[in-house]
Amino acid sequence: MDRFRMIFQYFQSNSESVMNGICGLLALASVKMYTCFDFSCPCLPRYNMAYGLGIMLIPPIALFLCGLILNRQSLVMLEEWRRPEGHRKKDLAVIRYMCSSIVQRAMVAPVVWIIVTLLDGKCLICAFSGSVDPEKFAGLANTSLVQVQQLLAKVPCKDDELMRNNTSRKAVSRYLRCWSQALGWSILLILIVAAFLARWLRPCFNQTTLLQARHWSNYIDIEQKIFEETCCEHSRLFAHKCILNFFESMRQEIKLHSFSLPREGEGSEGEEHLLRGITDQDQVNKLLKMWYYEKPPLDVS
Amino acid sequence: MDKFRMIFQFLQSNQESFMNGICGIMALASAQMYSAFDFNCPCLPHYNLVYGLGILLVPPFILFLLGFVLNNNVSMLAEEWRRPRGQRGKDPAVLRYMFCSMAQRAMIAPVVWVSVTLLDGKCITCAFCTSVPVETLGNASHPSLSQGEMKRVLARIPCKEIYDGQELIVNEVAIRYLRCISQALGWCFVLLMTTLAFLVRSLRPCFTQAAFLKSRYWSHYIDIERKLFDETCAEHARSFAKVCIQQFFEGMSTDLEAARCHPPRKAPADVGEAAEKLLGITDQGTMNTALKSWHRCKPPLHLHPPALHSINGLAGGEQPPTHPPVPQREMVAYYSHV
Repeated sequence: MDRFRMIFQYFQSNSESVMNGICGLLALASVKMYTCFDFSCPCLPRYNMAYGLGIMLIPPIALFLCGLILNRQSLVMLEEWRRPEGHRKKDLAVIRYMCSSIVQRAMVAPVVWIIVTLLDGKCLICAFSGSVDPEKFAGLANTSLVQVQQLLAKVPCKDDELMRNNTSRKAVSRYLRCWSQALGWSILLILIVAAFLARWLRPCFNQTTLLQARHWSNYIDIEQKIFEETCCEHSRLFAHKCILNFFESMRQEIKLHSFSLPREGEGSEGEEHLLRGITDQDQVNKLLKMWYYEKPPLDVS
Repeated sequence: MDKFRMIFQFLQSNQESFMNGICGIMALASAQMYSAFDFNCPCLPHYNLVYGLGILLVPPFILFLLGFVLNNNVSMLAEEWRRPRGQRGKDPAVLRYMFCSMAQRAMIAPVVWVSVTLLDGKCITCAFCTSVPVETLGNASHPSLSQGEMKRVLARIPCKEIYDGQELIVNEVAIRYLRCISQALGWCFVLLMTTLAFLVRSLRPCFTQAAFLKSRYWSHYIDIERKLFDETCAEHARSFAKVCIQQFFEGMSTDLEAARCHPPRKAPADVGEAAEKLLGITDQGTMNTALKSWHRCKPPLHLHPPALHSINGLAGGEQPPTHPPVPQREMVAYYSHV
């Protein structure tokens, strides 16, 4: 029992840290994915916006869903939400608490992606290079509308032959990157301030409800783990009993058909016990054949 | 048994994490394989499509099959599917559960390959470079070439060194366009797969939780039962071999003593354990004969009843009268065989 108690205490204290670890790994994976990803803006008038905003917004959705999938507690919460009431009432506060903690953890990786994208600047430059006001930039002020659109669309591509040494390109690029980084840092600041306020002000509201919700959500998690453990233990014992019964029934069948004397009593310990009355090549073959062709019923009463 | 119980519990509770670990390793291996693979577009009109789509689709299929091969539970599923009914009914829900969980795990490496391929862009660029919209991206005023000529020129887009159509359509523009399409497809594919996985995982508790718990329990049961049966058979084989060999040595020693017409040596009352373990073979000649006999004439796979074991120091002929006749007959039969 001591061993089980130690294991359960481990699960209790570390279920949160396991989830935090997964959250951190996913955030690191998102940064790594962004650096490995070869961003290449199409530099064509309508495609730029779609590409730039797509790269900024679609991977965070996928990362959010990944965060939900990888979190074990989301399944536990769904089961608790959808189970029939039975003898145990459902507490919506617990379900809400679990839901909010799951969503908060799943939001970390997408937010990291968006912030890294904004601080890097390539996505916004690609998406909004066609939307800047050409009047602000010297080299673009006196060209026709269509040509301006074409030129602006090519701003993100440094190696394009038209844009290679164009100073207005560099100006537009710097302007957009400045906006992008300002947006990135602002979002980061707002999120950190919000997290700070949420954590500091929470004890001022509903502390007891929070403690209860946290306790019971932990309880539900542990109860499910113990149930799975017990099922494993039970199926192991069930299988053991079933196989012993099978060997016993084979031994009795052999006794019925052969003339050798019964061998119970003294001297039948050790090897004899392990042999279980099967002492012949044919008997072993018959046993193995029976095991395949006629598995014993699932009944050990 | 305690040690086995601990190991079984560990394997059982961690079998899921073990299989997940293998999944993760295969996914990493597939990403690594792609980066190590030297992609070489042929830059010829019809070959490009075949090569590009082949690299996109054939390795995932192989990785999918490999995922099944590396999964230990495939043989368990096949066995449970094909066994005769006997006294135990078959539950198709359990078979479906086992197949689904194996298929889900086997899908991960192919999905990683397809995503990495699409996000990299080389395959799609190679496969679809002849379908680039020249009217919108290229020079509309260029003297028109025949269809075949144009296809040949466009097919060389991925190979920058031999591309000769800069007037028709600039190489970088075409590659950027194709890569943009490829990456968009790649991210949409990733989003689609993640959404599917999320739906599969989250809809289950809403609809079929009870059936799921049942299938999961019985599929674990089948796995454990198979392992325990193998374990029991191994134990049995060990005991069988031990008794068989013991009976062989005893048979040899009584055999040789009868052949040499020595009087049966009564073991002294305080015989030590070491002397017992000698099993009656106490000299070089006897041992050599025993070894030769083991090679030339292995004993039959048939263990004699243990009544003979309780005879202490008596060899063959003299049986105490209280013994039932059947063992004696067997002893005589053995001698006549010799």
